[in-house]
Amino acid sequence: MKLHEYQSKQLFSQHGIPIPRGRVAMTAAEARTITEELGGRAVIKAQVLVGGRGKAGGIRLAGSPEEAEELATQVLGMRIKDMPVRKILVDEAAEIQTEIYLGVANDRAARVPVMIASVEGGIDIEEVARKDPERIVRVWVDPFLGLREYQARNLASSMELPRQLWSEFARIASGLFKTFLDVDATLAEINPLVITHTGQLLALDGKIILDDNALYRHPGLADMRDVDEEAASEREARKYGLSYVKLDGDIGCMVNGAGLAMATMDVIKSMGGEPANFLDVGGGAAAEKVAAALQIILSDENVRSILLNIFGGITRCDEVARGILMALEGVRREVPMVIRLVGTNEEEGRKILAEADLPTAASLNEAARMAIAASRVEAVG
Amino acid sequence: MSILINKDTRLLVQGITGREGIFHAAQMLDYGTRIVAGVTPGKGGDWVLEGKVPVFDTVDQAIAATGATCSVSFVPARFAVDAMLEAADAQVPLLVCITEGIPVQDMIMVREYLDRAGARLIGPNCPGLLTPGECKVGIIPGHIAEPGPVGVVSRSGTLTYEVLYALQRSGLGVSTCIGIGGDPIIGTTFLDVLELFEADPHTESVVLIGEIGGTDEERAAEFIGEHMTKSVVSFIAGQTAPPGKRMGHAGAIIEGGSGMAADKIAALESAGVSVATTPEAIPELLT
Repeated sequence: MKLHEYQSKQLFSQHGIPIPRGRVAMTAAEARTITEELGGRAVIKAQVLVGGRGKAGGIRLAGSPEEAEELATQVLGMRIKDMPVRKILVDEAAEIQTEIYLGVANDRAARVPVMIASVEGGIDIEEVARKDPERIVRVWVDPFLGLREYQARNLASSMELPRQLWSEFARIASGLFKTFLDVDATLAEINPLVITHTGQLLALDGKIILDDNALYRHPGLADMRDVDEEAASEREARKYGLSYVKLDGDIGCMVNGAGLAMATMDVIKSMGGEPANFLDVGGGAAAEKVAAALQIILSDENVRSILLNIFGGITRCDEVARGILMALEGVRREVPMVIRLVGTNEEEGRKILAEADLPTAASLNEAARMAIAASRVEAVG
Repeated sequence: MSILINKDTRLLVQGITGREGIFHAAQMLDYGTRIVAGVTPGKGGDWVLEGKVPVFDTVDQAIAATGATCSVSFVPARFAVDAMLEAADAQVPLLVCITEGIPVQDMIMVREYLDRAGARLIGPNCPGLLTPGECKVGIIPGHIAEPGPVGVVSRSGTLTYEVLYALQRSGLGVSTCIGIGGDPIIGTTFLDVLELFEADPHTESVVLIGEIGGTDEERAAEFIGEHMTKSVVSFIAGQTAPPGKRMGHAGAIIEGGSGMAADKIAALESAGVSVATTPEAIPELLT
């Protein structure tokens, strides 16, 4: 779960990291008031959970409260990558001398947290990693010792920061690492951490991604979820414990298991089709989950056929088949469906489906072929 | 003809009285696995599965009474960390954690602790292991694989079954199948399992089933190129997944430029691995 910039910076601030003065506004009038409070100059920043808001014109500098109101009106009327801007952060404008990147994530290969820093801050760190890898410095953190001060100092020294800033930098690095641990983040980054013209360090922008598996022990953070920022279908899927990602194709997919769901999409694509979505119904393929999944797939108007691939394994296929029929009862179904079932009692499962006029396939390749063919048949009246 | 588990494995089931635990314990017992004990705190002294398996309150007691050599855990995510640490402290050499949904930072700590304790962990969030005809530890359906010379290692669950099923229909048998799990932090990696298969005299070739996210497949490719004499065939799921989108479980996410299927396939192919375009194309690459 991603947090907004303003939420991330609040958490940083609670851990002793200096952030600019400022507040969130929902209207242009509020933006004007906040700018007045800040002394007449402010940065207006769109709060959306997609990247590239700067390029899209979602970050603007206002030289007066009047201008802040005008710019806020513009930004609040924008859509960035199809997401309407509902909130803006109005921050005190800073005079920037240097922009630093500072982030913590888990290193999957080393299996410990890694703190990453670069003097090429302000831009996408992946970009720096590609073009200028030697400009990135890292320290790996022992999970039982935590980030030590010498490690932060090593980062500061490798980046050739002015010596008088080392201890403040170490304090910020330590605060960032504590934030990362305290909120169970998978990523916590300050980008940029700036040196102002008066030589102060300030966290100008921030991003935190929380570990969904740990949200149960952070009820306060779970409430920070911005449901307005999710596609309606993805929100609905989450409610039923389904994992759904909408794509651009026309063949709806429902599969049990993430790996098999991706493989099913790959097979469809390798045969010239285009998957409309990724959808993992999870183990067991219970009737109410299958029904919810069907509704979600059908809510995508591009869908021309549906491929249901259930590898039951231990689960009995006759039960899965009955579950599918039950699920289909409340669902309008003008889209053709192809079903592939494997597992215990698969013959019986297929018979039940055949009697209900639902085509079944024996192999994954055959199922994909049938679903592609069905998607290309003109809809029958 | 196997690695890690065989007919002599003496299995302990943690969380044996839970819904998942008891269901899969019955399946494992049916398959012929020697389940010697179960553990559920507070249920010590009970017998389950028609009186065949004794339940203990602690792993220590279970080990002392039965000499179990492997533990499989179905304990819910909130208690799974303790279950793994308890088993490691009781000196169980092989832990298998089926549980999904364990926070990453917990796993980082567990993983570090187990390394220091010298215990091997398979998983978490994995289907477990199957040595066809001998022993099943976890939830892999037993009836979709026959004994034989092919080693299978995978990050997925049902996709692994798909591949086992394809091998079975082509008449190819399996030495051991291991699902290492789909989480970002896991106990045993592709590399560890490849080493075991390379050393196992009864495994003649290996199927490696990877997916997008991380760099495990790339590191496996490096090992294969430098150290494997046995042939390796692969399939990578997520070739059509768009970058930056989470595809189901935590492992299946493309972060930035790394972790993409194309990079993994290129690394494997340059190490001499044949990469199948569909799971069902794997058997023909083996023959």
